[in-house]
Amino acid sequence: MNLVAKHLTYKPDDQYHLNDVSFNFEKGGLYTILGRTLSGKTTLLKTIAGLLNPDSGNINFEDKNFSKVPVWERNVAMVYQQFINYPHLSVYENISFPLKQRKLNEENIKKNVEDALKTVGLVGFENRKIQELSGGQQQRVALARSLAKKAKILLLDEPLVNLDYKLREQLREEFKTIFNEGLANETILIYSTTDPQEVMELNGEVIVLDEGKVLQTGPAKDIFENPINLKVAEISNDPPMNIINGLKIDGKITFENINIKLPKHLSQLDNKNYNFGIRSSEIKLSDSGEEFEIELAEISGSETLLHLKRGSTKVIALIEEVMNFKIHEKVKVVFNSDKFYVFAEDGKLISSPFRIKNG
Amino acid sequence: MEKLYKFLKYMFIILWTVFIVAPFLWAISTSFKDFQSVNSKVTYIPWLDFEPTLEGWRVLIKSPARGGVDIVEPYFNSLFVTCTASLISIVLGTLAAYALSRFTFKAGFVRNNDITFFFISQRIMPPIVLSIPFFIFLSTIGLLDSLIGLVVVYIVLLMPIAVWIMVDFFNRVPKELDETALIDGCNPYQAFYKVVLPNSIPGLIVAGMFCIIFGWIDFFFAFILTFTEVQLLPVKVVALNSSITPWWSLSASALISVAPLIIVAFVVERYLSKGNLSGALK
Repeated sequence: MNLVAKHLTYKPDDQYHLNDVSFNFEKGGLYTILGRTLSGKTTLLKTIAGLLNPDSGNINFEDKNFSKVPVWERNVAMVYQQFINYPHLSVYENISFPLKQRKLNEENIKKNVEDALKTVGLVGFENRKIQELSGGQQQRVALARSLAKKAKILLLDEPLVNLDYKLREQLREEFKTIFNEGLANETILIYSTTDPQEVMELNGEVIVLDEGKVLQTGPAKDIFENPINLKVAEISNDPPMNIINGLKIDGKITFENINIKLPKHLSQLDNKNYNFGIRSSEIKLSDSGEEFEIELAEISGSETLLHLKRGSTKVIALIEEVMNFKIHEKVKVVFNSDKFYVFAEDGKLISSPFRIKNG
Repeated sequence: MEKLYKFLKYMFIILWTVFIVAPFLWAISTSFKDFQSVNSKVTYIPWLDFEPTLEGWRVLIKSPARGGVDIVEPYFNSLFVTCTASLISIVLGTLAAYALSRFTFKAGFVRNNDITFFFISQRIMPPIVLSIPFFIFLSTIGLLDSLIGLVVVYIVLLMPIAVWIMVDFFNRVPKELDETALIDGCNPYQAFYKVVLPNSIPGLIVAGMFCIIFGWIDFFFAFILTFTEVQLLPVKVVALNSSITPWWSLSASALISVAPLIIVAFVVERYLSKGNLSGALK
């Protein structure tokens, strides 16, 4: 009784949009698809919705072959990253549109629409025109329309990406309650995003997608703690995880004339070259640190992102306060070596601070 | 500077208005004159300058037997041909445009853009190229000098305009709108008429306006493909001209020829001012 995909492949041109994608989504589950722009997230969602036919592979839902069911009979709902509503209809008519298509009776429709409006916080907006609403409100209407439908599969395609910073934060917070209250118990929720933070906050099962290929699947915590390779480490962190090419020699890690004492969790590592990964938040300003040159300093919200360079090594440090720096200024930073990841030269994870694999 | 700019702006608007309105005023005043008032001296104001008469208008509805020209029948012929051809062109053209905008066609080397160009290319060649084929075609199927024949010809002329405008319009309607309709339980036909069409009214109005204008003003095909049975307004108006130019009845017929276009312009203007032509879809 699940949504099961086997070996989905879609290659309309030279590039794979989906490359042998398989999954098994269970009823009532929350699944997030994490991947960069053009990684195939939208293609995957459209394939599930039935808007695209994969070149090969199939999808089964409730033990029926889904590929034979046309879109309009699939009972799915989808929210796009663009705010797609019916511009010629009012808010109420928009949300009731799919219900009318299903020929529910007037009373039922009214109740469903009101519930959905309550869930997304738009009570009192029933008679407004879509064009009169702000972007955030338009997206709420789209969300309400898909909730009111009580579809068995709810697809959200980067629903927050076109909203401004504040609204995004706010809606992201609300999503948790919306998903708890507004969904039928058995709904499969599939949420695609480029933002690792959304993935962590929604805390569902994650599929990491890149160039149409599934790189890793697992609970959000797992992906965060143990990215199986460099690519996943980059995709699942924002800013991307810093990768430093360094040498491990007895008891220390060296790169760019910097020596760092070997942390405990890496004690079993062989002596050779590795890609060391460290999150931006684990690089701190300190007078006892090593000197780096600032290439760029970005202030975002209450944080400062420092793009640092030393020799051929470039890293990004995340400073948790707003500070002014000059470009080309030298600063001293320390690396929290307890949080070092180790990747082999071919990119595979060898060791993480959370779990030690055999090198 | 600000004031000078404003002054120049209004001067320009006033001049432009005079430029547009003057011929109408001239035509209106002339249509109420008789031979004497047109030819003796320059006159403008009725009753003061000249004695107004309805003769110019009367000629238009009098039958030829009583010395008139009777443009009533050609007028309704023109209305019928233009409206019917425009309506059919819009319906067929919109369907074709939607298909061209949404589906991918492949036939040999032919792609969507080639098909769209094929439609437009019908209007690129000079109309005279089409006159002989049309003539032979209509005479073969026995529709020469008939309303139906004219409607058929005008559909050929007007549909490319409708296709062209509507393809461009549909291309700007996000595909996701159709997809959402499908997801919300519409089959492709319902998605078209329940969602896409109601959001395409601005495009339909523009396409309709162009069809009506181009259909209404056509003289060339109306002249070539009709003889005695059926006549269209532009041909009849030109036929008014004889050895003595009847300025009064020419003015009157010009005015009633332009009237439908003015009505069309007002309808479209109302939609424009309501902001319905833009901003419906962002």
